[in-house]
Amino acid sequence: MKSGTVKEDPGVNLARGILEKHQLMLEKPAVGRDLEKSQELLIPLLQDIQDAYGYLPPPVLEWVSKKTGIPISRMYGVITFYSQFYLEPKGKHTIRCCQGTACHVKGSQAIGEAIEEYLGVKDGDTTDDMQFTFESVQCLGTCFLAPVIMIDNDYYGEMTQGKVKKVLERYSKS
Amino acid sequence: MKNIELTIDGKIVSVEQGKSVLDAALENGVDIPHICYDPRLTPTGSCRLCLVEIEGQRGLQTSCSRIAEEGMVVSTETKEIAKSRKSTLELMISEHRMVCATCDADGDCLLQDYAYRYHVNEDRFPKIKPKVKVPNFTNYHKAIQYDPTKCVRCMRCVKICEEVQGANAITLRERAGQVLVTTAFNTDLRDSSCESCGQCVGVCPVGAMTNKPAVKLGKVKDLEKVLTTCVYCGVGCQLELNVDRKNNRLVKVTSTPGIIPNDGNTCVKGRFGMDFIGSPERLTHPLIKENGEFRKASWDEALSLVVSKLSSLKAEFGPDALASFSSAKTTNEDNYVMQRFTRAVLGTNNIDHCARLCHASTVTGLAKSFGSGAMTNSIAEIRKAPVIFVIGSNTTENHPVIGITIRQAVRSGDTQLILADPRKISLSGDAGIYMQHKPGTDVALVNAMMNVIISEGLEDKEFIETRTEDYDLVRKAVERFTPEMAAGICGVSAKSIRESARIYAKASAASIIYSMGITQHATGTDNVLSLANLAMLTGNVGKENAGVNPLRGQNNVQGACDMGALPDVYPGYQKVDLPEAQAKFQKAWNAELSIKPGLTVVEIMHAAEAKEIRGIYIVGENPMLSDPDLNHVRQALTALDFLVVQDIFLTETAELADVVLPATSFAEKDGTFTNTERRVQRVRKALDPPGEAREDWRVICDVANRMGYEMDFEDASAIQDEIASLAPIYGGITYDRLTGVGLQWPCHDKNHPGTKFLHSKKFSRGKGKFYQVDYIPPQELPDEEYPFILTTGRMLEHWHTGTMTRRSKVLDYLEPEGFIELNPEDAVKLGVSEGGVLKVKSRRGEIDVPARITEKVFPGCVFLTFHFKENPANALTIAALDPIAKIPEFKACAVSIHA
Repeated sequence: MKSGTVKEDPGVNLARGILEKHQLMLEKPAVGRDLEKSQELLIPLLQDIQDAYGYLPPPVLEWVSKKTGIPISRMYGVITFYSQFYLEPKGKHTIRCCQGTACHVKGSQAIGEAIEEYLGVKDGDTTDDMQFTFESVQCLGTCFLAPVIMIDNDYYGEMTQGKVKKVLERYSKS
Repeated sequence: MKNIELTIDGKIVSVEQGKSVLDAALENGVDIPHICYDPRLTPTGSCRLCLVEIEGQRGLQTSCSRIAEEGMVVSTETKEIAKSRKSTLELMISEHRMVCATCDADGDCLLQDYAYRYHVNEDRFPKIKPKVKVPNFTNYHKAIQYDPTKCVRCMRCVKICEEVQGANAITLRERAGQVLVTTAFNTDLRDSSCESCGQCVGVCPVGAMTNKPAVKLGKVKDLEKVLTTCVYCGVGCQLELNVDRKNNRLVKVTSTPGIIPNDGNTCVKGRFGMDFIGSPERLTHPLIKENGEFRKASWDEALSLVVSKLSSLKAEFGPDALASFSSAKTTNEDNYVMQRFTRAVLGTNNIDHCARLCHASTVTGLAKSFGSGAMTNSIAEIRKAPVIFVIGSNTTENHPVIGITIRQAVRSGDTQLILADPRKISLSGDAGIYMQHKPGTDVALVNAMMNVIISEGLEDKEFIETRTEDYDLVRKAVERFTPEMAAGICGVSAKSIRESARIYAKASAASIIYSMGITQHATGTDNVLSLANLAMLTGNVGKENAGVNPLRGQNNVQGACDMGALPDVYPGYQKVDLPEAQAKFQKAWNAELSIKPGLTVVEIMHAAEAKEIRGIYIVGENPMLSDPDLNHVRQALTALDFLVVQDIFLTETAELADVVLPATSFAEKDGTFTNTERRVQRVRKALDPPGEAREDWRVICDVANRMGYEMDFEDASAIQDEIASLAPIYGGITYDRLTGVGLQWPCHDKNHPGTKFLHSKKFSRGKGKFYQVDYIPPQELPDEEYPFILTTGRMLEHWHTGTMTRRSKVLDYLEPEGFIELNPEDAVKLGVSEGGVLKVKSRRGEIDVPARITEKVFPGCVFLTFHFKENPANALTIAALDPIAKIPEFKACAVSIHA
């Protein structure tokens, strides 16, 4: 995919495939105990939709709600509870900067500032070219690498302000 | 259910097995603090206030989620518990803006009560304010207001919306200190699936969800709660009118869990639609029309005129030139007095009321089949029925609290729902099988279900053998109704007919629920008879949770019928043309009574037009909107020599009257209503009437006395005593027995407990009788000139002719105008977009009405509400009558539509 673009909204075709995978493409929306079973699958379902679309487009969620019977209000509650879910388009790459205790001691605040400066965005925002979304998180669970950042699924440890720029440059090109 | 015993605070108590420790405590008078608990909800266990000590178990336990066990030893108020509760409350208060002085919940707030009880330090923890990043979802709602700064995140509102109401409109967003109640995507509440029932307001333990119209109208300490029965539909919800006596004003409506039939639940009309009571448009003094204009008159002058006109018309044209319309809105006592007046003073049986327009075919049909024209079961049984077959009832909108009971039953997973309705109504989402049949094809559908049951040998042979007669007639009649043949008529698949038949027949108990989709047809009686056939065929009547259940429309339509506000029966359905009955009532009422049955509503209109009826006395009815073919109704009413209308507002009908008498609303009088499950419930006076308005029965007694007939009652209770002495089904019903939950008739004597379900061992008529019913299409079918089928009905927010609901600020805000529903395909063909005004014409009239484009209706079918005088559906409807019940065919006629 070219830099600076997001996946175009492909309508509900991707979502249909995901519902099929979870055996939720039912003849009609579930009620009663069947619905309870469907609701148990809500989190993996949302994760798959987010993987496919890059975020959770509300019209797709509305469609999924109508198909499965899972109330849209329930989905919204779950989505806003977990920080992993996004209702707005995200950058192609997500940068998470750890601000946990160990990283804090090792100067993670400066790392965060360096990222903000390099990208020109604030915590929680996405760059205009849709290449990066930046967010501070409480702990990435790899204190031995402190101060640590994570880009998509990769960890980058023992960061300095200089190293940050180098790493980000690599992602800017892709 | 088995009971178990446990010890709470040293006292041995008994509780039903399966209940929680908290239930056990509360039921036995031990007040364990609780904020997130509500008896209607699954336990949340989040407020941490109901913690108790259970012997032999480590730590403190949440008593709401702990099931009580035999021999448990529980302490509810130790030092440790008190310390924990105090801290918990102090934490809660750190999130709760303490502004009790200006809060409407002051005096009715659990947090306030517990804070006092444990004497908390309000400033122990620093205040936490959620960063509100989104606009408040209730900002634009006129009834419900959410204040996040008072919210204690107990989830009661979210859970009642989901678990009880089934609307799923609200949720919690985010987590920890940022948690807020909101809708999906934080949209405006009105754009969500909210049904504006206000259950969230009712259940809020603090003042976070508030009744917006009641804000600033009165503090709890200045309000008095008067328990009464709702005046809207036939469910008969028990409501508390919270009144400010000093200002004689209704402040708000509440309801308490644990009271049948509604268990604290209400719909939008019950909770927010009562402000019509204080409307400045209420009639406050009698009016006399002179030269086409109304002028104020004294009671003496108005009554003198009524008496002299009625007397002279009776003398000149005979008693049968007079008629009266009683009202399904007024009390049993009002109706009893009105029919006694009509029969004993006017001397005619020409009395009827709007039951004719809703369930006359139920009364005739079920009386023919079973011997009694009422709901066979109780509302509470619906929740336990393994199979429910709903046909021709948009229950969630028209009987909302029964609607949510059906939803709960289905969503619990224990009940299967079969639904047949020409419109894809809300319940269609819950139905296992939904059949969208064409209006007026009910008999074909039900006959085909019976065909399947018989051909597959699923009938209940023993029940048919021992409890019924004339089965062979039906067996033969349904032979030709194969599912394939009916599928063609009804426009549904043969497969779904087969499946429904099997599910219905195989159920251990199946309940049929129907309403005006069945009754308001020229074949209304046939429709009812075929449902009765279906129930008897499978033995699904005369037992718990199984039966034939017509949902009655008006709050007291059951009672008005029971009281004999019908042309052919005295109170308690004793036939007027039966000489023994005539003799009994002549003696009791000390008057000559006519043995000739009177005319029905629509027949009275026809007779008025023909100058056979000269004078009509109308109490609480509005035929100028409610009756079919309005142009004819107007001609009929204007042709009268004398019309007197007694009502609470100057209705469209009252405008045509010669004399208008101001009556009291349900909030201003004592009496009883009988709900759809035959439960006689109290109506209690909460307010003084406006101006000179008077109770209906007192006015009628005055007219009777002035006409030389002595009729006096000390109070409403004395009228009920007379009813009990004359109507055997009400024989044991007196006010002293109605203090609790009311009584379900038949209740023959003082010691009779009332009757939960009918026809238990024997039908009221002896044996249940099968009738051969053939399919007859609607009287008027679409053709080239009028290509659409029009069906009419109600909507959640409005009631009948809108006299009350359109004067309610909240209801008017939610649904300010009428509309016609049409399918998107038809909208494209007509070139109309949402809200575009359409001209709708039938052979009888035409109206202009905005379009609402929806897949609820199928192509070729349109739906119109009948509440709005600006676009009255009944200008279009056909006055084709059912030959037996004389009910008009409101549910099907042909129209043309022009963009």
